[in-house]
Amino acid sequence: MPEKQPMTNQITDTEAGTSLWKDAWLRMRKNKIALASIMVFTVTCFFCFVIAWFCKDPNQVNLVNKFSGPGSEHWIGTDALGRDLFSRILYGGQVSILVGLIATAVSVTIGIIYGALAGFFGGKVDAIMMRIVDTLFSIPFLMIVIVLQAVLSEWSRETSAWIVNNLNWDKGFTDRITNVLPLFFALGLLGWLTLARIVRAQVLSLKEREFVEAATSLGLSKLTVLFRHIIPNTLGPTVIYATLTVPGFIMYEATLSYLGLGVESPNSSWGILIKEGANYLETNPQLLIFPGIIFSITLFALNFLGDGLRDALDVRASKD
Amino acid sequence: MIRFIINRLLQGLLVLFALYTITFFLAKAMPGEPFTTEKNISEEAKAYQRALYGLDKSMLEQYLRYPINIVTEGSFAVSTSKGRPVRDIIAQSFPNSLILGLSALGIAICIGVPLGVISAMRKNSWVDWGSMSIAMIGICVPAFTVGPLLQIYIAAHLPGLKVAGWGSPIDIILPALTLGLTTAAYLARLTRGGMLEILSQDFIRTARAKGVPSNKLITRHALRGGLLPAIAFIGPSFAALISGSFIVETIFQVPGMGQHFVNAVIARDEFLLLGVALFFGFLIVIMNLAADILTGILDPRVRLDSNQK
Repeated sequence: MPEKQPMTNQITDTEAGTSLWKDAWLRMRKNKIALASIMVFTVTCFFCFVIAWFCKDPNQVNLVNKFSGPGSEHWIGTDALGRDLFSRILYGGQVSILVGLIATAVSVTIGIIYGALAGFFGGKVDAIMMRIVDTLFSIPFLMIVIVLQAVLSEWSRETSAWIVNNLNWDKGFTDRITNVLPLFFALGLLGWLTLARIVRAQVLSLKEREFVEAATSLGLSKLTVLFRHIIPNTLGPTVIYATLTVPGFIMYEATLSYLGLGVESPNSSWGILIKEGANYLETNPQLLIFPGIIFSITLFALNFLGDGLRDALDVRASKD
Repeated sequence: MIRFIINRLLQGLLVLFALYTITFFLAKAMPGEPFTTEKNISEEAKAYQRALYGLDKSMLEQYLRYPINIVTEGSFAVSTSKGRPVRDIIAQSFPNSLILGLSALGIAICIGVPLGVISAMRKNSWVDWGSMSIAMIGICVPAFTVGPLLQIYIAAHLPGLKVAGWGSPIDIILPALTLGLTTAAYLARLTRGGMLEILSQDFIRTARAKGVPSNKLITRHALRGGLLPAIAFIGPSFAALISGSFIVETIFQVPGMGQHFVNAVIARDEFLLLGVALFFGFLIVIMNLAADILTGILDPRVRLDSNQK
């Protein structure tokens, strides 16, 4: 193993010389579905985060023009309050995608640190830490998320009021931000268990490798070895798992919003749009069908991307 | 084997206690209070009610009293929002959730497992590609899209099926189908993966070389090992079916337990919340144990491992 690229190339013992990521990219390029998924997701993000700024105000109510069909004024029509459905889908997508990405970032951070510490210290520490994970695994996730969300959203309302009063921030803006924050943490705080197991298993085997011995004998402290040399080597399985977590969290957010426990007005999300659309399905099916299709296509792309990454990186540890 | 079961049951108790602790303190941290109604109630009346439900005691006393009451009296306290014993509420609504969950699981197994086996047998053919795409659709399209679509385009047009409601056995079909589709999709993917792994092993090649017919090869030799990932998934997926039922019960107006949980959060009814959460937790522990025992019976290697622990 050449020491020049310690970041990446020590996970596999196979072909020395090409890095894991380069190798994976070469295999990934042959996987047409995964490539298409990357494109679909990029385009969705581009529309939600860039094109959305040039669209109509998603909260512009126009009761005269409610339930208008697709046309030149409103591309895919308007909803029950005459709001433009196209820009509502784009703005809703901002929340849905951000919740998926940030909640994943939170849970990945917790999972890596927890799993790495357990695997690195081993012995009793490991046994206790993993027993805690085993216990938490049997706890109904959605139920705890629902209660946690109720607790956190009240805190966020108080925080929002405090910021508006003391820092003189714009109320609408502050509300939009503080309304979404609880979701990031309610989901992220609870989704790290599987990743902790994966990382621990990786660290357990990595810490016996020569490069760790080399780093230690150079006089690096234990934590430096762990964070600079061992954790970067666990990134392969982490990336796969994280990619497959994002659609899961987007689905959870939609579920919570559907139950009326997620984001609130003036924010919207795909879950809320689908919920509103379901009320008018008989007369105006496009209100459910358009958000439903965008939602499902995004999840489709993310799931296929995760599958593609798994095939490309070919790590058995995270096969199911 | 018996030592393994006892071990796991003890671990299950630990799980339930952890679940109780988390839910208890989260419920205490929830904003608002239970006896808020549209009418303004005087402070005295509120204080009286708090004392009646034992909510005026110290936090530690409340924390310890609830589990002690469960063990000694079998009492799950009284719901503050409904004024009825939580045990009665659960006893009344659980059968509905159980029927719904079991039918959904049945549908999931009947769709998912055959789909997975067929895809594995015809790997990389259009059959494989098609059924795996269908499975992906099942994972990506949420229940709250499938449910309303089924209501409008199936229930409204077929005689006998109702759009929503719960009374005759035929009412189970649509909610169970909505609930079971996602699980069916996961089962199909897991079965396919498990079967592919088994089919690539040497003993299958040997059997094939000895001239075992293809059907018998699958049923006699491959299924036993190939279904292991799917069986391991059924335990946890029962949990998913229950939590998924929050949505499905809302859509189809099924009088099950899921709605009580959501209502309890909204009404700040901590006793109902704790009761339903603990009951679900108990079910999950039992289902996980059952899945592990079944895995142990089908796969001797697992049994050996667990005895060594």
